[in-house]
Amino acid sequence: MFRIIAKRQLAEDIIEYTIKAPDVTRHHRPGQFCIIRVASHGERIPLSIADINTEAGTITVVVQIIGHTTQELARLGAGDTILDVVGPLGHPTDIGTPERAVFVGGGVGVPAGNLIIREMKQAGAEVLAIIGFRTRELIIYEEKIRAQADELIVTTDDGSYGYHGLVTEPLQQRLEAGSEYDVVVAVGPVVMMRAVAEVTRPYGIHTIASLNPIMVDGTGMCGACRVLVGGQTKFACVDGPEFDAHQVDFDQLLNRLRIYREQEQQAAQAGPHLCRLEQQISEIQ
Amino acid sequence: MDTKERMKLEPIPMPEADMSERLAGFGEVNRGYSEELAQAEAERCLQCKNPPCRSGCPVDVDIPGFIKLIREGKYTQAGLKIKETNAFPAICGRVCPQERQCQAQCVLAKQGKPINIGYLERFVGDWLISHPPALTERPEPSGYKVAVVGSGPAGLAAAGDLAKRGHQVTIFEALHRPGGVLVYGIPEFRLPNITVDSELEALRQLGVEIRTDVVVGRTLTITDLRDEMGFAAIFLGLGAGTPIFLGIEGENLPGVMSANEFLTRVNLMRAFDEDYDTPVQHGRNVTVIGGGNVAMDSSRVALRLGAETVKLLYRRTRAEMPARVEEVRHAEEEGVIFEFLVSPVRFLADNEGNLAAVECIRMELGEPDESGRRRPLPICGDGSDDCGCWRASESVGATGSAGYEAG
Repeated sequence: MFRIIAKRQLAEDIIEYTIKAPDVTRHHRPGQFCIIRVASHGERIPLSIADINTEAGTITVVVQIIGHTTQELARLGAGDTILDVVGPLGHPTDIGTPERAVFVGGGVGVPAGNLIIREMKQAGAEVLAIIGFRTRELIIYEEKIRAQADELIVTTDDGSYGYHGLVTEPLQQRLEAGSEYDVVVAVGPVVMMRAVAEVTRPYGIHTIASLNPIMVDGTGMCGACRVLVGGQTKFACVDGPEFDAHQVDFDQLLNRLRIYREQEQQAAQAGPHLCRLEQQISEIQ
Repeated sequence: MDTKERMKLEPIPMPEADMSERLAGFGEVNRGYSEELAQAEAERCLQCKNPPCRSGCPVDVDIPGFIKLIREGKYTQAGLKIKETNAFPAICGRVCPQERQCQAQCVLAKQGKPINIGYLERFVGDWLISHPPALTERPEPSGYKVAVVGSGPAGLAAAGDLAKRGHQVTIFEALHRPGGVLVYGIPEFRLPNITVDSELEALRQLGVEIRTDVVVGRTLTITDLRDEMGFAAIFLGLGAGTPIFLGIEGENLPGVMSANEFLTRVNLMRAFDEDYDTPVQHGRNVTVIGGGNVAMDSSRVALRLGAETVKLLYRRTRAEMPARVEEVRHAEEEGVIFEFLVSPVRFLADNEGNLAAVECIRMELGEPDESGRRRPLPICGDGSDDCGCWRASESVGATGSAGYEAG
């Protein structure tokens, strides 16, 4: 059993949990994830880790309430317990030793940038962060990212805050203006990561995408999370979750992400929430 | 009764659930011997002086010894006799390939009527669960701590043997429920999870601690276990968990799953149970690729989830199938259609990007390979043969485990 130490509503349907899980903090590195199971009849869901406190033995995760399992999680508050938290899983972010690095985050992918940017800074890089949201009300982790990055650009799809447009636009502008970067790390919706990869491809910038396929065990046992990278089938749980974005077959990933959509929607109908991530994806498309 | 009379006795078949009941749910198909049936089967044993059956048992169970105790009605002692060398009679009695091991060596096998050793083992294993013997005293502590990584059959057996020698054993399991393939892989109708839980409880009684949600190599490293946590020895029972994909076109289409994923969703995550949240893809027409126990399990699970047809593709012939004979028989009885000497070459998609069909080629058997089985070879010029399937569950065997980092 893993106790929830703190719960914070960051935006509508977006909740931050701080959970006591000392063993997960022990060897965690930025880019690794965990899997949680809320209740005995529940699913195992993978979550990015937004922060770690080794001394307190806590991890912080940011969850979008999009389906049945996350609806169940949303009912829990500080003091309640989560049945299972396992991790850290996957490989840490391999950013090398860049001089100039970019983090591009979208929606609930933004909090993962907190630790990734910290790692970039520790590697000695000057960091540009571009974080994008649908609208002003959905902006999360702005201050945390601002505190870490050397420069921050916030975008909203509807122009209600910051740059009016998609995260790829400021990135494209910088590149066209001659800015040079050693590495770009993208975490967010698949369509965003695919778009970032296309922007950086002509410039040959090493670009990393943190993939979010469907998972079950998270230890390489089932292959539900397989993704095509450079023509080879990889398991995101043990070979990833981060891969060379220029090699990833994002269309196949999108196709696989919809496998359980119908069943998920039926399950989520028990609750009042619509899948906002999906709305977001269809809007961007 | 003399030997001649015993040899005339007919084997006692395993009572099985009715077919209508079998396909309607996940209840166990083999219902187990009653005392009377166990007695009758035990009566057939010739009590050989140099029992060949023992040599067929990988853990050298005193088979005539426990059968004699059954005959005498001493079921608890019979169970404890098995437990001298095998900690899990209720599990092994259900899933060991007895027809290739102990029963293959039985002198009565020559007449095609070997003693049903597995059924008898299961009977006493279940007896110990329903009639738990009074706790025997724990062995003298050795003073050593031993870590067992993985709670599948290997880890559990090692933990049991180590605990019996007085070592303080901790099992580390990556999943949320211990049992490994016994709980994520083998379906309820063949090995109920409650049977596994009972055997786990017996281990805990021996003083074994089980910690779930620990991925050794990630959560804790071998160095942590050895240097910080004081484990004097570490047993790695990681299993053969990594599914092998065929490397053919279309294998990542929605609708194509590894048997591990399919079975894990159904067995460990209880997708068949409405009270659980786990979704699983299941179709009207299911193709299963492979000829082992995992393929039989996947086929039979698919039928129970409501598939109208389940076709099993195997690239060799019936004679080379590695599955237990009983599983093959059960699968056929339940309606699984076997297609031999076929191999899939690609998965075809429909307009929506889902699996539509499996395209296959015909095979023929060549010379024996390193496994001793005749190698399947494609028949040239035969073209491809659309099996017209709608859903496939890959199952071509599995080796090795995920590459966890140690240290």
